[in-house]
Amino acid sequence: MVVAEQKPLEEILEMIKAYDQLIVAGCKGCVAVCAAGGEKEVRFLASAIRTARKMEGREVEIKEVTLERQCDPEYVEQLRAFVGEYQAILSIACGVGVQYLAEHYREIPALPGVNTTFVGGAEKQGLWTERCQCCGNCVLHLTGGICPITRCSKSLLNGPCGGSSGGKCEIDPEVPCGWQLIIDRLKELGEFERRYLEILPPKDWSTSRDGGPRKVVREDLMK
Amino acid sequence: MRLDCPPNVKIIRLPCTGRIDTIHLLRAFEGGIDGLYVAGCLEGECHFLTGNLQAKRRVEYVKGVLKALGINPERLQMYNLSAAMGSRFVEIAREMTERIWQLGPSPVRTGKGREV
Amino acid sequence: MKSSSRLERVLTAGYFAVTSECGPPRGADPEAIRRKGELLRGVVDAVNVTDCQTAVVRMSSLSSCLLLKEMGFEPILQMVTRDRNRIAIQSDILGAAALGINNILCLTGDHQRAGDHPQAKNVFDLDSIQLIAAVKAMRDEGKFLNGEELTVPPKLFIGAAANPFADPFEIRVLRLAKKVAAGADFIQTQCIYNLERFRDWMKQVVDMGLHEKVFILAGVTPLKSVGMARYMKNMVPGMDVPDELIARLKGVPKEKQPEEGVKIAIETVEQLKEIEGVSGVHIMAIEWEEKVREIAEGAGLLPRPEV
Repeated sequence: MVVAEQKPLEEILEMIKAYDQLIVAGCKGCVAVCAAGGEKEVRFLASAIRTARKMEGREVEIKEVTLERQCDPEYVEQLRAFVGEYQAILSIACGVGVQYLAEHYREIPALPGVNTTFVGGAEKQGLWTERCQCCGNCVLHLTGGICPITRCSKSLLNGPCGGSSGGKCEIDPEVPCGWQLIIDRLKELGEFERRYLEILPPKDWSTSRDGGPRKVVREDLMK
Repeated sequence: MRLDCPPNVKIIRLPCTGRIDTIHLLRAFEGGIDGLYVAGCLEGECHFLTGNLQAKRRVEYVKGVLKALGINPERLQMYNLSAAMGSRFVEIAREMTERIWQLGPSPVRTGKGREV
Repeated sequence: MKSSSRLERVLTAGYFAVTSECGPPRGADPEAIRRKGELLRGVVDAVNVTDCQTAVVRMSSLSSCLLLKEMGFEPILQMVTRDRNRIAIQSDILGAAALGINNILCLTGDHQRAGDHPQAKNVFDLDSIQLIAAVKAMRDEGKFLNGEELTVPPKLFIGAAANPFADPFEIRVLRLAKKVAAGADFIQTQCIYNLERFRDWMKQVVDMGLHEKVFILAGVTPLKSVGMARYMKNMVPGMDVPDELIARLKGVPKEKQPEEGVKIAIETVEQLKEIEGVSGVHIMAIEWEEKVREIAEGAGLLPRPEV
């Protein structure tokens, strides 16, 4: 899922300081799962904003709303009835949500309350780590199911580099060396001899962000 | 025990401090409370195994939020004691009351801006 | 001959080669390179110029190589893949060859997190092995990475790095094999203090017949003090400094430690000369370049041959 993290409170308060009526919009999708922007987080953030304003002796009217998702036009539409009564929307969905709100409601600003960080999953309760860089051309079948683009800090296709030490990456002793993981896995699968000596050619990065904004089309699903 | 408990302490009872969520703590401060403490079982003796440890983490989290808002995090505390420790219970109540008297009314009530 | 490189001539003729390295300055100062170069006159067959080593901004390797060439040296252009994409890489390769720089050392590069501009975007469009293959394709097939023909092939002697002591240990020889298969002509290793372990690694290299496909130059770095030895042992990943060496330096008074360090380096070179498959030595004396001559001389490597 998309993993996000709430922006520091000081940054959020600074962002909304000009507004006295705002919507705090959450999402029941990815950000709810990683506890950054779900219904609970909407309530908490709204409470924090009201508390901050009380301390300044200022009023604020906050509409708390949590959409099913903020990345589908049908759900984003659900704010239409009351959006005109507010001056800004503070979205704690991922960057997609903020942009969808901005595209749908052109008269008022859509502000990001979280930093969208990466595509990943939960390793355990309270810990989410990155697994996918959305390169657009998956090679997981060549590397034992471990992504060299994401798990290797240098995105090497023919790793490891000379900085791999004790199975850890040179950038941080807490970060496992992606290529050590790949080698161990290839050995477990009995694919090491077959895969490791093969030189993987330079990657076609044009399917990745480098090629420009991307899209996926399914004409069979279109009306 | 007939010990004198300060009258300004309002007690809210829960089956376990693990039942407390961060929103409960923050809402209390939004409402203008001057101080709040969570009294849970001694660590390692939680009736529900780890509820008090969960509460401790949540208290820490909200202390961080209070600090970011400019409210003195000392206004929120976690204490651990057993149900049998009557005098400790009163001691904590007095200690917390004393602390809050020193800190004065919550800036949320006074509207005078950040205190930290 | 694949190039006009003096290093290639020395190695092909069967001499024990000597290389060293220069780190460019953190300013637009050509004299800094010339000064370092002068210390190596008559000592080396070729000299590496590092490429923003440890991801710290320094004058470019290409420009420093040209300065050294003008002084009469044979430069080895170190190129990392961290900072440039395949377009810039192929462009720089053509440029280097056009300027008469005959050697290139293909490296991945340290991650910029450890450097002085950790907020920079990194590139890593290619890795070191793909870079080796790219240079080889340009030189031997006259083709760019996209398969199109270039006009005049760059005649470069292709080098790569190897670390016999890094993890995972069991793949270090396989990794060398991959670099050789990609087209490496010569290898420079990380500096060696544990000769036992190096001998082990070389034995595997020789068993695989790799020493016949690539020239291996063993790395040597003199230790200035016991503090430096400890630092290298504990703080630098992929470095193996045996306890006996630390004890040896410790047993000598502080003022005598640099001299002892040079002595150890000379002994190391003399032992390396005897190991099968080792074709030369790469002496790295960072910020202590004046000692390279002393080490080469002490190990009987001077004068350098006429080729």
